[in-house]
Amino acid sequence: MKTQDLIDQFGLTAAAGKAGIDREIAGGYCGDLLSEVMANAPIGCVWMTIQVHQNIVAVAVLREMAAIVLAMDNQPDLETCEKADREKIPILLYNGSSYELAGKLYAAGIVNETADE
Amino acid sequence: MAALKKSFQLKSRDFIHAGEASISVQNMLKQIGIESALIRRVAICAYEGEMNAVMHGENGSFRIEVNTDKIILDISDEGPGIEDIAKAMEKGFSTASEEYREMGFGAGMGLPNMETHSDRLDIESEKGQGTRVVMRFSLSPGSRENKTGQSA
Ligand SMILES: Nc1ncnc2c1ncn2[C@@H]1O[C@H](COP(=O)(O)OP(=O)(O)OP(=O)(O)O)[C@@H](O)[C@H]1O
Ligand SMILES: [Mg+2]
Repeated sequence: MKTQDLIDQFGLTAAAGKAGIDREIAGGYCGDLLSEVMANAPIGCVWMTIQVHQNIVAVAVLREMAAIVLAMDNQPDLETCEKADREKIPILLYNGSSYELAGKLYAAGIVNETADE
Repeated sequence: MAALKKSFQLKSRDFIHAGEASISVQNMLKQIGIESALIRRVAICAYEGEMNAVMHGENGSFRIEVNTDKIILDISDEGPGIEDIAKAMEKGFSTASEEYREMGFGAGMGLPNMETHSDRLDIESEKGQGTRVVMRFSLSPGSRENKTGQSA
């Protein structure tokens, strides 16, 4: 599944980084502590978080993520969107909870192959 | 083969640019054909080192060197230094402020991540004197897909 399919199937909105929506999704991760996410999020994953500041983009780039999802109607900072556009990291908005979206992603077959790399 | 070197200045508490040195290093390593598993380890270490210098330090400097047999990340700053290095290395230990914790920093996992993902981590620090963190990654012959025409 690609990020574009995720948007279409689960009613997400792309707030930034639209140039990166054709990447294949390789897993999912939920986390709000950046160093913990950096260490444990699978490469190529969709990352669900409540953090909205620009450093989430650096984490996503360095962890080679497919997209970042801000759940519960959280809105990204302006700088976050600018950076996401530059780095082609889609920032997606979801109005339900991370828990709910994670369940849907899992049911759709997005599972993590290994705990790391 | 000449060593490839790159360096960056890090401004303390500049979260707008924090992470850019690490991203630039990631791109550079991709360009010279370093294998992806190693790039991912370097990316984690670069990020944690860069963030620590930006968040805890002052006047940070970030340098990378790629030799034939190893990659060296050398990150130093002129900040307050680390009083007890052994304690700072403990998973979960953090002096990050409430404000930083709200931003998702301060899990106390940066230094443990650097230790796990580098082949060697050396920290020199003294209270009031700044901090220098050097991480080394060995390059085995197979970890670099020698691209033709690369001079580095
Ligand atoms: N460059 C530095 N200058 C001064 N103190 C530092 C520096 N790097 C680390 N420290 C000290 O070591 C502690 C642990 O660092 P570590 O990177 O493991 O965790 P953190 O930065 O607090 O949180 P995290 O990295 O999980 O966001 C810090 O809270 C800080 O007290
Ligand atoms: Mg840290």
